[in-house]
Amino acid sequence: MTRMPAAASEVRLDVVVVGAGMAGATLALALAQGGLEVGLIDQTAFEDMVAPTFDGRASAISFAAFRQWRALGAAEGIAPHAQPIAQILVTDGARPGAASRPAAGAWLRFDSDEIADRSEGEPLGYLIENRHIRAGLAAAVRRTAVRVEAPTRILSVEREPGRVTIRLADGVVLVAPLVVAADGRGSRLRQEAGIGVVAWPYGETGVVATIGLERDHHGVAYEHFLPSGPFAILPLTERRASLVWTERAARADALVACPIEAFEAHLRRRFGDFLGALTVQGPRFAYPLGLQVADRTTAPRLALIGDAAHAVHPIAGQGLNLGLKDVAALAQVLIEAARRGEDLGGEGVLERYARWRSVDTMGLAVATDAFVRLFGNNHPALRAARDLGLALVNRIGPARRLFMMEAGGATGDLPRLLRGEVS
Amino acid sequence: MTAPASSLDAAEIEKFAALAQAWWDPKGEFAPLHALNPPRLDFIREQALGHFGRDPRARRPFEGLRLLDVGCGGGLVCEPMARLGFTVTGLDGAEPSIGVARAHAEAQRLAIDYRVSTVEAMVDASEAPFDLVLALEVVEHVADPRAFLRDVARLTAPGGLMIVSTLNRTAASLMLGKAAAEYVLRWAPPGTHDWRRFLKPEEMRDMLSEDPLSAQGPFGLVFDPVSWSWRLGEDCKINYFMTFSRPARTTKGEGGRSRRRQTGSR
Repeated sequence: MTRMPAAASEVRLDVVVVGAGMAGATLALALAQGGLEVGLIDQTAFEDMVAPTFDGRASAISFAAFRQWRALGAAEGIAPHAQPIAQILVTDGARPGAASRPAAGAWLRFDSDEIADRSEGEPLGYLIENRHIRAGLAAAVRRTAVRVEAPTRILSVEREPGRVTIRLADGVVLVAPLVVAADGRGSRLRQEAGIGVVAWPYGETGVVATIGLERDHHGVAYEHFLPSGPFAILPLTERRASLVWTERAARADALVACPIEAFEAHLRRRFGDFLGALTVQGPRFAYPLGLQVADRTTAPRLALIGDAAHAVHPIAGQGLNLGLKDVAALAQVLIEAARRGEDLGGEGVLERYARWRSVDTMGLAVATDAFVRLFGNNHPALRAARDLGLALVNRIGPARRLFMMEAGGATGDLPRLLRGEVS
Repeated sequence: MTAPASSLDAAEIEKFAALAQAWWDPKGEFAPLHALNPPRLDFIREQALGHFGRDPRARRPFEGLRLLDVGCGGGLVCEPMARLGFTVTGLDGAEPSIGVARAHAEAQRLAIDYRVSTVEAMVDASEAPFDLVLALEVVEHVADPRAFLRDVARLTAPGGLMIVSTLNRTAASLMLGKAAAEYVLRWAPPGTHDWRRFLKPEEMRDMLSEDPLSAQGPFGLVFDPVSWSWRLGEDCKINYFMTFSRPARTTKGEGGRSRRRQTGSR
C-alpha cells in the first residue's frame, strides 16, 4: 500500500462539496458517477430544501443542462415537472397595457422550431420549479455512495499545502485534496479564501410567485421590459406560470406584503387578461437582484461553482445554467485528473477548470448586464434604438438562432456531460 | 550518496539541483514539464493498462506492481503513479530534487521510496527489477545514453515494460523544442538542453538492439498553441515516446506473451 492510513476519526475523501443546492448536488452526482469518493455538506436538511416555502423560484434549464441530469440519472424525478419552452416573446412594454398585447410594437421572437435541427428536436429549454429540481437531485444523490452531511454546521475549513481538513459540529472530520464552494452568493468559503467580488447591485427586487392560469400558455414565455424593470411570465406544468416581477426594492416589499386581492389586481393591470383569470398559488417571495462575479474561481485547494462564483441577473434565465456548466466542466477536469492519478486540488488541475470557465462567465455576465441596462432604461432615444435593434435581430435569422443556441447552452467548448455523455 | 556514476553528467545534475525548489511550481522553471504531464500520464496509463491487462475502471488499477522512475526530479510522475496503485521508487542524481520530492510526497501522504542514486548503482547492487521502468525527459541529459538505456533495460523485469520519452534531434525540435522553449517562451532556463544530445527514435532502438526487448513507437507528443497544451499525436518531430517490453521468462526469446494488448499509437 502506498497510501498511509488516516487517523481513526478522519474520513478521507476525494472531494468535499460545501453546499447541497442545485449546483452542489449535481456536482456530487457527477463526481460519484465518475468513481470519486465525495462528501456533500449543507446546513439545511434535504427534506427542508424541497418544502414549498424554502425556494419559490423556477429556473430556465437549457437543453444541454437537462441532458446532463439525464446522463447522471437525475432526470426521471425532474422530467414530470419540466415545462418545455416552445417560444420566448420579448417585448418592450413601455406603454401602459402593452403587456397584454405582445404583438404590439417591436418585439423579438425565439422559436424552438428554428434550431430543431441542431438541438435534436429539443425545446429551447425547460422551466422547472426549483423545489422539484432539488427533490429530484436529492433522490438521485441518495441512490449513490455520496456521503451526505446535512444538516450540519462547519466549524472550520483548513486549507493546507497537501490537503483540506473540514471539521463539523458533530465531531466528523473530513479530509480531501479539494474542497468545492457551492455555498451560494454569500459564499463563506470564498470569503475565507480572501477572494473578492465585483458586485453591481441593481437596486431592484424580483417578486416571485406561482400563478394559476385560466387558459393554456402553450409553452410561451413572455418577457416584458417595463419602465420599472423586467416582468416575466414563465410557463410551468399544469397550466401554471412562474411570475418574476422586478420593482424598486420598497415597492417590491409592498407587493409581497399586500393582501392577495390587491396583488392580483396589480398583476392583472400589468399583464392583461389574454390568459384568462390569474390566481396566486402559495407564498410570494422577494429576491434582491444584482450582478456579482468573483475575482477568481479558484484558490489553493478550493474551486468555486455556481452563485459562489457568479450571480447574474435572472432575467435571461441563465443563472443556474451557468452554474451547471461549471459543474460539467469541473467534473470532467477532476475525473480526468483522477484517472491520471493527479492531485485533485493541485494548482495545475484547478488552473484547467479556471481557464475553461473564465471566458463564458465574464461573457454572460457582461451580456446580461448590457441586456438589462438596455431594456431597463426609459430614455426615448434609447427606446427607439432598442425597438430598431429588436426588429433587426428578429429579421436576421442567423443572429437570432445563435442567441437561441447560446441560451440553450449549446455553443462553445462543451464539457462531455452537457453533450449528454458520461465521462 | 554522492559522486554519481558514469552515465550521468555532473554539470547536468548541478543545473537541476540549483532549481530544485521550483519543481512543484506550475508557473516556475519547470512549467514545460507541468504542461507535458497530463498527456504523459495518459500515455503511461494506457500503455500500462494494456501491457499488464489491468481494469481501466479501477481507481488504483496498478496495485501490486513495482515502478521505477529514473530521473524523477521533484516527483511529478512518481506521485500520480503512486495514486494509481504502483509501489513507486524514484531515482535522481540531484540530492536537492530528492529532498523536495520527499517533502512534497509527505504533505500528500504518499509513501514513495525516493533515492539519490543512479541506474548503474542499482544494477551493481543487483536490485530486484521493476515491472514498469520510466525514463522520461532524462536520456538527453546523460553523458552516455547507450550505457544508460541498457542499465534501464536491465532494471526492467521479465514480462515488464520500459517507457522512454525524449526530444527528437530534428530541425523542428531545435526551433521549437529548444529555442522556443528556452528563449522565446521563457519556459526553461537557457542552456537546459543541448540539442546535439537529442536522440532520434532509430538511434534509441539501435542502442538497445542487443537486448531481448520488443520495441514499439515512436509515439508523438504535439504542442497545440491554440489551447496552449500538449497532446498525444502522430508527429514525433519534437517530443516522442518509445516503449520496450521484456518477454516473460517462461517464453523463450519470443516477446509475445508479455504484450497481451498493444494499444499502439493514437
